[in-house]
Amino acid sequence: MLNSMIYSIKQAFIQVFRNRAMSLASIFSITAMLLILGLFFIAVVNINMATEASKKDYETVQVYLLDETTFEDSQLVKDEFDGLEGVESTEYLNKDAALAKWKSKWGESGYLLDSLSNNPLPNSILVTVSELEAADKVVKTAKTMDGIEDIKYYKDTVEKLLKITNFIQISALIIMAFLIIVSVVVVSNTIKLTVLARSREIHMMKYVGATNWFIRGPFLVEGILIGIISALISVGIIAFSYSKISEMIGQDVFIILSTPIVSVSFMTMNLVIIFLAVGVSIGACGSIISMRRFLDT
Amino acid sequence: MIIFDKVTKYYKKNVGLENVSITIDKGDFVFLVGPSGAGKSTFIKLILKEIEADSGTIRVNETEVTTLSNRKIPILRRSIGIVFQDFRLLPKKTVAENVGFAMEIIHKSQRTIKRQVPQILSLVGIGTKGNKYPDELSAGEQQRVAIARAIVNNPTVLIADEPTGNLDPDTAWEIMNLLEQINLRGTTIVMVTHAKDIVDRMNKRVIVIDKGHIVRDNVGAYGPELYEEPCLVTPFEGGVFSEDVE
Repeated sequence: MLNSMIYSIKQAFIQVFRNRAMSLASIFSITAMLLILGLFFIAVVNINMATEASKKDYETVQVYLLDETTFEDSQLVKDEFDGLEGVESTEYLNKDAALAKWKSKWGESGYLLDSLSNNPLPNSILVTVSELEAADKVVKTAKTMDGIEDIKYYKDTVEKLLKITNFIQISALIIMAFLIIVSVVVVSNTIKLTVLARSREIHMMKYVGATNWFIRGPFLVEGILIGIISALISVGIIAFSYSKISEMIGQDVFIILSTPIVSVSFMTMNLVIIFLAVGVSIGACGSIISMRRFLDT
Repeated sequence: MIIFDKVTKYYKKNVGLENVSITIDKGDFVFLVGPSGAGKSTFIKLILKEIEADSGTIRVNETEVTTLSNRKIPILRRSIGIVFQDFRLLPKKTVAENVGFAMEIIHKSQRTIKRQVPQILSLVGIGTKGNKYPDELSAGEQQRVAIARAIVNNPTVLIADEPTGNLDPDTAWEIMNLLEQINLRGTTIVMVTHAKDIVDRMNKRVIVIDKGHIVRDNVGAYGPELYEEPCLVTPFEGGVFSEDVE
């Protein structure tokens, strides 16, 4: 068992080296596929994160108060919201605090807001609801109250956002599945060439009494090896470009857009796992498929 | 020991073998002769279970070949050595590697391989050629390598498919002597051949197959019924494994 494993690994390295050109071609095509897959992965993960973040934002109903509403009156309004079913918490936010919050959100770019001559923000009450359905009730009640200027609630936006995210996820999945199939075909064709080049040897092996798994072993390892090399190259390229891009754009843009970006280390770690799994499976499937017909008789 | 009991094999349009029963005892040396397409190839392929019989039973040693599962075919083939007319050595491996590779397949350790390969090479008379590549050897030496590869795992049966077909008469006789020595060690030998003078001078059991039937089975000469066949060297006949047969 151990002998034949060592034999397989040794043979696989020899084969990859002997068929450098074809191995390189396979590595290139799998790497290209993994790079595209990586782009989709980064996009999907970031979109997901943005959606989650905005969903949290939109779970609050913002009730803007008229400027003439006194603090005492606004406390009464706040109490009324507290009494409603499905309301988790309420918070009174005066206009100065609202501006300060906005400023801090913009971070280093916050000075841009200093140029405002007077604070355009109204006093408001932030009503956090426990579920999206309760928000409708809150909005309805608020409409009947006095001293309220406007109610901002982005249910439609949230729903639209969720729909778009879903759509992107599903199409990414379909495209990835397609890419994986293409890669398996490419790898299996490459390995088929090495199999054909060694058909005499394989034939002889069968006459001498080699089992199918013994014959398949080196080719399987060859496929897996090609998969691993491609995975490592792709992770390297993606991790490098992702860190460069996020450095270049800087955190500011993301803060202003109010969507955070997934950290480089988190992304790299996940990509290593995903790419290795995908690369190894593609390599293994490719080689098993290419050998199938050969080992029939 | 090889036993065929009422074995029949048809191809789409042709008869491979029809109702053939025969016993080849352990330690026998038999010549399998007959015109091209007579059924010799079918006979050999059935022993190796490369093809399935339509009916009848085949036994090789203690193994019932006809009912053998695909997974156990490698085990069967390990008890059968095979030598071809065109040697079929791997050109990128040295002589020692060509032989050692047959041992790797049955999971022998590198130490055992390193110890046994030189022994087997000197047994077949090429003890000094271990590090050469096949194309550096003469045809006769290449066939010796092929024989070494076939017997290195101590098979009980050795099938030789026109082993002298590509060799000049002197070399052919050297190979026959080697096969006889191997036979004397107890290995059953089934040799497919068209070489009349070899069959005549060896004076062994001769099985003649024609049109899927055994038409003669006794010890003796090649026989007048086969005289239209060419003698000793039969270029391009291809041996029983060539595609055009059957």
